Parts: sequence; structure tokens; C-alpha cells
Amino acid sequence: MSDTFQLDGAAVPFEPGQTVMQAALAAGHYIPHLCYHPEFKPHGSCKLCTIKVNGRTTASCTMPAEAGLSVESDIEELNALRRTLVQMLFAEGNHFCPSCEKSGNCVLQALGYDLEVHATGFRHLYPDRPIDASHPDILLDFNRCVLCELCVRASSEVDGKNVFALAGRGITKHLIVNSESGLLKDTDIALTDKAMEVCPVGVILKKRVGFSQPIGERRYDQRPISAQALDDAPRQTGTGGSCAACEDPS
Amino acid sequence: MTDSLETAAHPENLRRVAIDPVSRVEGHGKVTLLLDENDRVHQVRLHIVEFRGFEKFIQGRPYWEAPVMVQRLCGICPVSHHLAASKAMDMIVGATLTPTAEKVRRLMHYGQMLQSHALHFFHLCSPDLLFGFDSDVAKRNIVGIVAAYPDIAKQGVLLRKFGQEVIRITAGKRVHGTGSIPGGVNKNVSIEERDYLLKDIEQIVTWSQESVGIARKLFEQNLDLYNNFGRFKAHTLNMVRADGAMDLYHGGLRARDMDGKTLFDHYDYGHYWDVIFEDVKPWSYMKFPFLRSLGPETGWYRVGPLSRVTQCDFIPTPLAEAERKAFMAFDNGKAAGATLGFHWARMIEMLHAAEQIRELLLDPDLQGNELVSKGVRQERGVGVIEAPRGTLIHHYKVDDNDQIVRCNLIVSTTHNNQAMNEAIRQVARQFIDGKKLTEGLLNHIEVAIRAFDPCLSCATHALGKMPLEVELLDAEGARVDMMTRNTSGALCDFAN
Repeated sequence: MSDTFQLDGAAVPFEPGQTVMQAALAAGHYIPHLCYHPEFKPHGSCKLCTIKVNGRTTASCTMPAEAGLSVESDIEELNALRRTLVQMLFAEGNHFCPSCEKSGNCVLQALGYDLEVHATGFRHLYPDRPIDASHPDILLDFNRCVLCELCVRASSEVDGKNVFALAGRGITKHLIVNSESGLLKDTDIALTDKAMEVCPVGVILKKRVGFSQPIGERRYDQRPISAQALDDAPRQTGTGGSCAACEDPS
Repeated sequence: MTDSLETAAHPENLRRVAIDPVSRVEGHGKVTLLLDENDRVHQVRLHIVEFRGFEKFIQGRPYWEAPVMVQRLCGICPVSHHLAASKAMDMIVGATLTPTAEKVRRLMHYGQMLQSHALHFFHLCSPDLLFGFDSDVAKRNIVGIVAAYPDIAKQGVLLRKFGQEVIRITAGKRVHGTGSIPGGVNKNVSIEERDYLLKDIEQIVTWSQESVGIARKLFEQNLDLYNNFGRFKAHTLNMVRADGAMDLYHGGLRARDMDGKTLFDHYDYGHYWDVIFEDVKPWSYMKFPFLRSLGPETGWYRVGPLSRVTQCDFIPTPLAEAERKAFMAFDNGKAAGATLGFHWARMIEMLHAAEQIRELLLDPDLQGNELVSKGVRQERGVGVIEAPRGTLIHHYKVDDNDQIVRCNLIVSTTHNNQAMNEAIRQVARQFIDGKKLTEGLLNHIEVAIRAFDPCLSCATHALGKMPLEVELLDAEGARVDMMTRNTSGALCDFAN
């Protein structure tokens, strides 16, 4: 019998080496997250999965599960902070959901709906981020980047190509393409790369297929991201888990 | 003189009266009148005071985004922009539409025509038409209509609802859907969806026919007023099918002068710029299109239901065609040239849309699975559609990276810009000139504007081209500095 910890009053079993996030998802408990992906090493940067462990805040995707922990996640104090984080992400980039082809399949948008973010809350920064349409089959719309680094990790760890990187510091931090020209056309990225699958928002897009999925059939049209995660996450422990929020809809 | 009240010779001593905002129209506009001490009118202008700028900020975006993004310039007839942009993108991807794609799009468009015309006639204009132009202003609104004519109000609401449901089923949402994509559509119409619409369609056709009857009755009851209110002669522009029939989705351009002489017919809209050009005036954000062959002074024209119904050779659905014939013959053809004839023509089109929906719903092609096609990629795409308010032109140039590098939108209301100004000048001459102003009299100006069903928010996009004037005033109101930007974009500082 495995050890357990308490998550919002429920006992959650875990295997040695699992994080709180991994154990929670495997047991069917949803913790909001954006930069976490079960196939990659935890990143801990978006902070949406912040929990309170024995009264102290920490990221659930990096926090090792331990027997007897008392974890709080679905409480108004943390959900209010999560709403603020999502608001800041919306204000920092140029997210125009009405004309975005990722709408309905976008994790950031789905989190916004699920966390009941009704207004952006902050003055928009309107950064100037030209798109890179140089590649014949792939479009990069940097306006929507949330700096989760999933593409960086996928390209490096799975594809072995290092197509993407983050440059700059603080508010000027931004996604770049690793080529001499800085353009995607001068990289060896391919449509079949893992980096093409993992973007939670509408940055890395296959060209000429936008809006081909009807409204009503998009991933988050029917059920909120939290419900999908609870329904879809595998119940067995010890596998590292998976959830709807982490998988590319295409 | 068509522009005799456009600019007063000596505005400095005239009194300015503004109708701001113009109410019960889509978007924001105002009317200014300059009057002398004897209440004689010297200048009348319809100003469009809002600015949208879609022509500029679509630049750089991928072409497949255009049908979804550009429709956001309007919440009333977004389907028109959705489809006009899609038609332009069909040219970009070299597509010839499959029967399913074209019929789903047509169904979407007729749903749009139905809901928009119902909205305009019942929600926006019926208070003027049923209560009177200078009736009690407290009652002259949709709430007053609901109280006095509950059956008519209900009919209007349900007609619009049905049109919105057609849009929802074909586009995915009632407003701002995504159903139409470059080269086709992203869904067909299922049997269940078809049957859901079929159960109400007979009622919708009947109500639409009764609506034409309401418009006719208004003319019969107020013959002199309705025939002559804001009446003026205008050239016309509209799209017709190859056999001359009314076709609101596709066809060639037909232009006739004010005496009915054909200027061009079945013109390939892919080269519209050879026959239509746009003028800019310093007092409005809206451009002034004109027929090139006639020039900017006299080449302005009228688009929309009145032009379409009077200039097509026939309407290809039986009930609407019978109503068209009755309209054209009414009072020896006088209603067909009246500004308020717009309302009657609009209801005939609504009936036509209802009949077309009924016909399409029975077409098995709606359930087809071949949704998208493509061919040889092109650099330039032009899409034209007859939107509820008139001919709508979308024109894009796309580069090798699939990015839009140029966009020109000539929106229905823009075509009607000079015609609307002419209508309100006529009304000013007929009803305002020399009279003591009252709210009811000023509403006559708005009644003339509403006849065109303008969508002012759709019509203003020429970022970087519009002349602007900025004045710096001191505390006493004296001008300290003034800066203008002319139509070529050059700045002039008048103080230095």
C-alpha cells in the first residue's frame, strides 16, 4: 500500500519520486497548470499550479510528494492568485481570442474561462512582436507566447534540434528562433516534430489549416479544462500521469 | 446641384445644430446643420465619428485569419464580411467551391439577410413608421412598439431569431462564427439541424410575406409622404446573376445611371477598381466611392435593397417575385424611386431570403462531405457579396509567406455615403428649411438616414489616409495652434 498525503481534505496516494502534481492527476484531482507537461521535466515557471503545503506556497509540479503533507489547492485564496496570473499573461502579450485560430483549443483561454477571469485586470502592454511566416509550412505568432518553454524543451529534449530558445531578461524576455537569420525557415524544424505539438497557446501553428475545426468540436467547447482533466487523467498511480490539459488537441 | 448644402458659403455667422448621436442605426454618426437667423438651412452633413481601421491592422496577418478577424468590425452583419473575405480567399487558394460548400455558405447568407432585415425593420424603424416621424418621442422606440403592437413586435423578434439560428447552424455561433474558410466551409448541415430549421420555415415565410404587406400598407396610407420624403434621383450599383436575376451571394456588377441607362453590366468584380474609385473628404472618416466613368462630383450612387429590387430583371423565388412586380407597378412606379421605398424593398428581400432558405433546406447537398477545395495559389483576391445594406467589396493581396500585405474594404454603407447625405439634404429642404426646429422635425433627418439601414461602424477603415485637423485653444477659446494632415498624409503646422 502506497503512502498518502491530504489534498483539499482528500487522501491522495503516491509512489516514491512523484511530485504532488503527478500524484494528484493520477488520482483524478485537477490542479490548474500551464507549463507542466507529463513528458517533460517540471519547469515550475508559470506558477499556476501553486499550492499551499503545510501553510507555505510552492509549485505543485516541482514539490515532491511526501507522506502526511497537508496540501491546499482549490481554495479561493489560491484561485484568486491564479486569476491574477492569467490576467497578467493576457495583458503581457497580444491575445485576441476573437480572431485566434487556437481559440477553443487554447490552454490559456480555457484556464481563463475555468478560473472565471472576466476581465484582463491590467493595462495591456501591447508588445510589438512581428510574426515569423518565413517557413513554408509553419507560422510563428510570437504575440501569444506565454514563455512556458514547452517548445524549447520539446525541440531540445525530444527532437534534438534546439530550434527555440528564450532571450532577454525580465519584461523583455522573449522567444527566439535559433538560426543565424533568426527566421524559422533557416532551421530544420519539421511538421512531425514534438515542438509542433506542445504549444499550449497559438504560437506554433501549422499553416493553412486554421479554423478548419468547427465551433462545437474544439477541445474546450463542451467541457471546461478542469472537467476534462478529471475525466481523462489515468487513475493508476506510478505512471507519472497524464491529463487532457497536457495533450495537443490535433 | 447634388452638393448644394454640403458646404455653406459663409459658415461664420450661422447657428450650428447637431443630432449627436444619430440613434437607432448601427454604429456612431452625427448630423450637423448650419442655419441662419431665419432658420434657413445652409449646410447639412452626415459625419461618421468613429474609426475602425481594419484595413490597416489586418496587414501582416495570415490570410486564413481574414474571414474570422474582419467580421469583427460588425456585430449586426458579420456574416457578410465573413463571406466576402472568404470569397476573396477562395481566389487566393485558387478554389472552385464544392456544391456543399457553396450551399452551406448561401444558407448562412440568407439567414443573415433575414435576421438583419428583420432587426432593421422591426426593431429600428417600426417606431417611426407605425407611430409617425414626429410622434411622442417617449413612445417612439421598440418598447413602445411592444406595448402598442405586440404581435408585430413578437413577429420581428422571432424572424430575427430564426435567421440567427440559421447562422448558428452554418457558422457555429449566432454572431461571429467560423464556418466559412478559404476554399469552402468547415461543416455541413446535419439531418437533425436541417429538420430543426424546417419545422419553423413555413411560419417564417408566412410572416415575411405579411411583413411585405405592412410595408405596402404604410405607402397606401401615406402615399404622398412616403413617395416624396427625401426623394432624389441616383445612379445605382448592385450584383446580378448571369441571367439578370437577383443573386445576393454571387454574380456580376450592374450599374445604371439615374435615368435607367446601363453604365456597365455583368462586370467581373475581380477588377472593380476599373469602374469604382474612392474619394476622401476632410469632414468625415468615411470615404466617398464614385463610378469612374462619371467622376467624383456626379458619379456617386446608391446600393442596397432599393437598388437590388428595382434593378434586377427578376427575383428567382415566386412569392418575392410577385411582390417585386407589385412594388415596381405601385403608383406608376413612384414607390420604386422613393427613399422610403427602401423599407418595402427590404421586406421583399427578407421574403426572398426566407424562400431561399426553404429551398436550400430541402437540398441534399447540404449533407455532403466534400467541404473544401483548392487550386493554384494566387496573389490577389477580391470577394464581393450583396450584404443586407448593399454591395460589399473585400480586396486582399497576399505575399509568398501567406501574409496579407494589402487590404481594401468598400463597405455597403460607404457606397451609400453621398446618397445618404443627399437624402438628408432633401429632407432639410422639405421639412426643416425656414421652420422652427423641434425634436420631431429633426427626427425626419434620422428617418431618412435609417431608410438606408447604415452600418457606420463597418464603414471607416482608411487608417493613414484620412485628413485630420487638430486645434489648440486657449482658455478663452481662441486658437493658439492648429495642425492638419492632408489626404496624402502630409502634416502642416499652421502656426509656423
